[in-house]
Amino acid sequence: MVNYQARLDRTFAALVDPTRRAILARLEREDAATVSELARPFAIKLPAVMKHLDVLGEAGLITRSKSGRTVTVRLRPQPMREAADWLHRYERFWSTSLDRLATYVEAKEAAVRAKEKGEGRR
Amino acid sequence: MTRVTLVRRIAARPSIVFEALTTAEGIAHWWGPDAGPVLIAETDVRVGGRFRVRFRMLDGSEHESSGEYLEVRSPERLVMSWRWLCGEEDPNESRVQIDLRPIAGGTELTLTHSALFSEETRRSHEQGWSGALDKLVRHFQEIEPGHDHA
Repeated sequence: MVNYQARLDRTFAALVDPTRRAILARLEREDAATVSELARPFAIKLPAVMKHLDVLGEAGLITRSKSGRTVTVRLRPQPMREAADWLHRYERFWSTSLDRLATYVEAKEAAVRAKEKGEGRR
Repeated sequence: MTRVTLVRRIAARPSIVFEALTTAEGIAHWWGPDAGPVLIAETDVRVGGRFRVRFRMLDGSEHESSGEYLEVRSPERLVMSWRWLCGEEDPNESRVQIDLRPIAGGTELTLTHSALFSEETRRSHEQGWSGALDKLVRHFQEIEPGHDHA
């Protein structure tokens, strides 16, 4: 709980980069990929890709497992679900609240208009 | 910065909407994510003044949020900081901005609830923010609907 902000912060910081998002999107489509497979579509060198993977790893968004000389990367979506929960929770809170607000003020507006109309006739 | 933005077109003039947003009597009629009652509503509507609202949900749970008014421009803009009382899933301060725009027959209300992050994250978001992040996060929300709150 104490680390919630730090975790959320790290998740969003990791997700802000388009290369990292592309890596995650690919891992979501394919169950797993090697580092060199992940690097192939990008016009950047392998060490740069490794750096992005480090950031994603520190944010808990991927796991890496080594077998011989091959490192296999897999998606770990839990932190993203936490971020999604944040969005979802406030969306739900405000969506219902604003619906109720609209109902309340529209009734008030109708009452004020009826009163104004009545006064206009006098 | 990640945020939730909602837009509503409401058949009431901005002054009536603004009053409902800022008075204890008004807040008691609409605040909360279901039809449960508002138990406490206190507002001190000026920059630096505070609000506090406690409500009970239909499941019996009670929740309380409070914050400080950061900008008060009747009847067009209200900005406030927001924090849940302890025990909630999001213990951090966030920010709520409500803009009211007069339209034919009423008001267009735009509400933005933003998470506040560290300076570093904020800077990187300013450089790279495109809304794609929201899409990605939402995508994961959609494909994994039955998750727990780990």
